[in-house]
Amino acid sequence: MRVLYTSLKYLAVVLWSIFVIAPFLWAVSTSFKDFQSVTNGATYIPWVDFEPNLEGWRALWKSPAQGGVDIVEPFFNSVFVTASGSLISIILGTLAAYALSRFTFKAGFIRNGDITFFFISQRIMPPVVLAIPFFIMLGKFSLLDTLAGLIIVYIVLLMPIAVWIMVDFFNKVPVEIDETALIDGCNPLQVFYKVVLPNSIPGIIVAGMFCMIFGWTDFFFSFILTFTEVQLLPVAIVALNSSITPWWSLSAAALVSVAPLVLVAFIVERYLSKGNLSGALK
Amino acid sequence: MSLIASNLSFKPGNEWHLDNVCFEMSKGQIYTILGRTLAGKTTLLKTLAGLISPDEGTLTLDDRDFGSIPVWKREVAMVYQQFINYPHLSVYENVAFPLKQRRMQSDQIKARVMKALQQVGLDGFENRKIQALSGGQQQRVALARSLVKEASVILLDEPLVNLDYKLREQLREEFRNIFSSEASKDSILIYSSTDPVEAMQLGGQILVMDEGRILQQGTSKEVYENPNCTKVAQITNDPAMNLFEGRVDNGRIILSSEIDLELPQHCKGLATGSYIFGMRAAGITLNSTGFPFSVELSEISGSETFLHIRHEMIGVVGLLDSVQNFNTGEVVRVQFDTLQLYVFDQNEQLVSSPYRGLE
Repeated sequence: MRVLYTSLKYLAVVLWSIFVIAPFLWAVSTSFKDFQSVTNGATYIPWVDFEPNLEGWRALWKSPAQGGVDIVEPFFNSVFVTASGSLISIILGTLAAYALSRFTFKAGFIRNGDITFFFISQRIMPPVVLAIPFFIMLGKFSLLDTLAGLIIVYIVLLMPIAVWIMVDFFNKVPVEIDETALIDGCNPLQVFYKVVLPNSIPGIIVAGMFCMIFGWTDFFFSFILTFTEVQLLPVAIVALNSSITPWWSLSAAALVSVAPLVLVAFIVERYLSKGNLSGALK
Repeated sequence: MSLIASNLSFKPGNEWHLDNVCFEMSKGQIYTILGRTLAGKTTLLKTLAGLISPDEGTLTLDDRDFGSIPVWKREVAMVYQQFINYPHLSVYENVAFPLKQRRMQSDQIKARVMKALQQVGLDGFENRKIQALSGGQQQRVALARSLVKEASVILLDEPLVNLDYKLREQLREEFRNIFSSEASKDSILIYSSTDPVEAMQLGGQILVMDEGRILQQGTSKEVYENPNCTKVAQITNDPAMNLFEGRVDNGRIILSSEIDLELPQHCKGLATGSYIFGMRAAGITLNSTGFPFSVELSEISGSETFLHIRHEMIGVVGLLDSVQNFNTGEVVRVQFDTLQLYVFDQNEQLVSSPYRGLE
């Protein structure tokens, strides 16, 4: 019985792994194909079913005039907007979350929990509800089709995630640590950056990861709020899908768009298991 | 140096957490705030630390207004019942933290930290991470951090309550040695506890608290021998002092239709009337010629047995200095040692104690 259970468990894991990995393998395989290999029926194994080449990858940094798709600028636009938006969201979100966790706010019927919910409610609303006001506001301030405009919108979209995660994290940090730091001679600001912040690194990393994932993969707002001057990577990739879609370049571009997130996940993973608060309050 | 609290009151909701608290404390002394859970001990300590601002009252230290000094500038140190340390710092950095905040020279910091670590028995642990220490060691780090500041007021909020029995006993002894040594000769030490045995063992002065009020202040001997009311009598004894109502009539104490006792010498002169009588568990023993009580519960504690017994409305706990087993409902014969009898009036104030006689 136990052997059967173990076998079924492993079978489920293998099937799920295939389900998850297959699109990546498909994209990797396609990125090394050419027009013939893509259009002449299904081919899977390089050097057996088709002769791999780097045409799809080379096209990524060639201009359209040279027959390329040029995703270099959209890529760095995405990096800049996502990094800036995430960084500012984390800074503001962490400060807001600390205040919501440690101080009591009262305004009529509104309490701390309500304020936290107001933050996250922006993520609950359908994006299209927010898109129109964003479009009108950015237009008023001449920020449509600009990186600055996108960063502002991304801060509004990403900060709720940072607040939501960090409030929960700070609530788990014993308030006695703050009190001990006060008694040990820290003023309230020093308590935050000398004691609370160093012990919140795992939470900040998790919040940062979520901000980066949501920012990096956003298509809707970058599509609505940009036209010709500024283009982000998801929009550039989707734009490749025309009457004659270069699937090899599209696959390579899709892999490039995933690569930063995978890289960041690998780098920060080790920090997630470190720096816990077990020594603060046993 | 003296710390004076005058009429400290704090009422965050509907209940008083501090109710007109007054005391005077002197340097080089240990003061134990003894009270049950929610008596207001932690609130009082946090008020002294500056973490809570009282609604009313003043705090002065050496005639200076202590209450208006922000917490980070107050000369206080505090150890919590939870083992609070900075998990991102090593043992050395934890202990050095308050000194670095004062921007002291690094060689001075090192000297003081090493001395404090030696006092708490953690020399050699400087580079360890906090997470790598046991609970007792973590609490020693917190204690070292409180000692290293050489603060005017050291607050210890039930620092041993989360330790296991053996370690608690060991650390209690060490605490007493540390506090009675040079380390604290210039400080006022305030220790809060729910455990009367701990309070008595630490010696010094005891302040008995209940519902935000200080019920009695005195030396441990004085508070033990002459609790000024029934609440103090219960709080300062473990198990709590037995209290039972009865009457004094014709030179005898009448507790029930079957139980009457001879009025002991220290109670001679008590007027006829109703009283509340108190007796510690040790004053109630088994004796074949005693009064019949039925067993409700027997608890073995180490080499002793606590016997919960009842006769009509009188429910008491007796202490037997041996391990014995009893069945629930079993009838035992019990003797009251009236030489250990306390008498309180109907307002629960002490009327007579074995040590001081009639008030």
